Amino acid sequence: MSTATNVIKAKQRPGDRVFSGSAVFAGSMILVTLAAVAIFLIVQSLPAFVATSDDASILPDDFWSYVGPLVFGTVWASLLALLMAIPVSVGIALFISHYAPRRLASVLGYIVDLLAAVPSVVFGLWGIGVLAPAVQPIYSWLVDNFGWFPLFAGPVSGTGRTILTAAIVLAVMVLPIMTAICREVFLQTPVLHEEAALALGATRWEMIRTAVLPFGRSGIVSAAVLGLGRALGETMAVAMVLSASGAVTFQLLTSVNPSTIAANIALSFPEAYGINVNVLIATGLILFIVTFAVNAVARWIVSRRKDFSGAN
Amino acid sequence: MMTMTKPETPATGTPIANSLTAGRLPGSAPWMILGSALAVSAAIFGVVAIGGGTGFNWGAAILVGALLYVPTVWLFSTLVEGRRRAMDRLVTALVTGAFVLAMIPLVSLTITVVTYGLSRFDVEFFTFSMRNVTGEGGGIVHAIVGTLLITGAAAVISIPIGIMTSIYLVEYGRGRLARGITFLVDVMTGIPSIVAGLFAYALFALFLGPGTRTGIAGAVSLAVLMIPVVVRSSEEMLRLVPNELREAAYALGVPKWLTIMKVVLPTSIAGITTGVTLAIARVIGETAPLLIAAGFTASVNYNLFDGRMQSLPVFVYTQYTNQGNPPEAYLDRAWAAALTLILIVMALNLIARLVARFFAPKFGR
Repeated sequence: MSTATNVIKAKQRPGDRVFSGSAVFAGSMILVTLAAVAIFLIVQSLPAFVATSDDASILPDDFWSYVGPLVFGTVWASLLALLMAIPVSVGIALFISHYAPRRLASVLGYIVDLLAAVPSVVFGLWGIGVLAPAVQPIYSWLVDNFGWFPLFAGPVSGTGRTILTAAIVLAVMVLPIMTAICREVFLQTPVLHEEAALALGATRWEMIRTAVLPFGRSGIVSAAVLGLGRALGETMAVAMVLSASGAVTFQLLTSVNPSTIAANIALSFPEAYGINVNVLIATGLILFIVTFAVNAVARWIVSRRKDFSGAN
Repeated sequence: MMTMTKPETPATGTPIANSLTAGRLPGSAPWMILGSALAVSAAIFGVVAIGGGTGFNWGAAILVGALLYVPTVWLFSTLVEGRRRAMDRLVTALVTGAFVLAMIPLVSLTITVVTYGLSRFDVEFFTFSMRNVTGEGGGIVHAIVGTLLITGAAAVISIPIGIMTSIYLVEYGRGRLARGITFLVDVMTGIPSIVAGLFAYALFALFLGPGTRTGIAGAVSLAVLMIPVVVRSSEEMLRLVPNELREAAYALGVPKWLTIMKVVLPTSIAGITTGVTLAIARVIGETAPLLIAAGFTASVNYNLFDGRMQSLPVFVYTQYTNQGNPPEAYLDRAWAAALTLILIVMALNLIARLVARFFAPKFGR
């Protein structure tokens, strides 16, 4: 009891009340905004879930048969992008943290970050104008020589604007964020572990394999999941590069490609009317839920790592 | 001779071989192997070029040369240095290769944008809009006006909210509300940009009727994307302010809000400015939300609250997708606008770095 009476409360001045009040207000604006995003998306999507092809002209049958191929395309393109981006970003992160000369390292990191500064619409232009024509000969060579492999089955796309090209562009776009996270984690490796490995006669690669990579494994995983979240939501580059036909297929090099949710919204929304708008917003809601789940997994991995990492 | 410091070949058999460098490739060996690999590859492609009568393919020659280097250096190293060091050299080559690989798109993109973009990078391009322009000519005044207005409005919305939220999280936030806000900021960071556009569209469609596309809707969608970035970076900067500064102010009897205004914010203002500038640089290139929420037009529109508004990224996109006659004029405009956009983003990034470097507080360390 006595302790409670002894606490000296700070004097509350009007300025204090106004200031803390506006800080709380700003914080709760975040709650309001996110709640508004969720509510508006859900309310606007409700008509779409029960709509049929009679109500909305873009639906082939019902909503789920429309969104199914799009979800497949989104996940498939993102996974392909991730498959390419993970080894490269781990390599770049290792190069910057453990191979490059110390003085150059921060400059090199900044150069990789420059990739993140390029707007996605410019990546789209580049993908169509430069990348697709450049990889098309490689694709036709692959189809000619490795066409027996199901993923590389023909006929080859004449423009090169296939899902693999879109995935390459996506991979380039998620590289900077994944590299940045991997680099941070690799730099946090306890120096004593590294020096102990080197002192036992390990080469640089053995030191990295025994000290750096085990320490950074969860960092690599969370970088991959965050990169996946980015790739899932990326819109313009895919919308421009991919020439989509809406089919569900695993073939990488043909002109028959699945579309992605985000790209489909960007391409169809400007001309949409009536219930079609609600259908597109509903696909956006599904994209929101998927990316939310992916990001939640990433946060969970990061926070779990915080608990029992020996670095702190 | 130079074998005093760096023996070119370990003198096998001689009793005074340097045991520290014996059995190792000399330091210049990787470079020599790389050079020979490139030379061999260039020779092959040269023969192909002469034989086939086609041009010399520089890119393929360098690529094949680099690919040739990896097994060659591994082979030499295995022969001279043993399996473990060979593995080390192999990984070094691969890791360096990963970095070079990532540079290829950056360099290619820069060169492409600059070369294609410069063809329309003229006075007319920056003094005309696209009103009544078909075919050649025209400019991006309307897009620049739109981008400045929309991004400015987004900044006006999100900077106060973002900074005050970070102040709440660092100075006031305790308990469940603060934890909830931290979590929700994380969630907001992951919102796909197109979903933010859909939200702004749905919000304004509810109040102003379906099909409404205005500049302010675009600004709201950008603000949804920008707020979490501002909160994250400002929060980090505010946490860097030493607690001793706050305690010294409290000990002098300064109220909490004045402590924040006069001590905490001035100490961290450089970092906050950097974060805000980077956040602006991030959203200024967003295309998808503006395409959906603000639409596109060919005329200058100074009114955020009425009518569609063009912006630079959407201009690039529409010029590419709605090509007229002649198509080169539209493509040239798209590339020139892309170059303008990249220059703006780079300038913002540069400003952010300079602010961080020159206005950072001195802690006497």
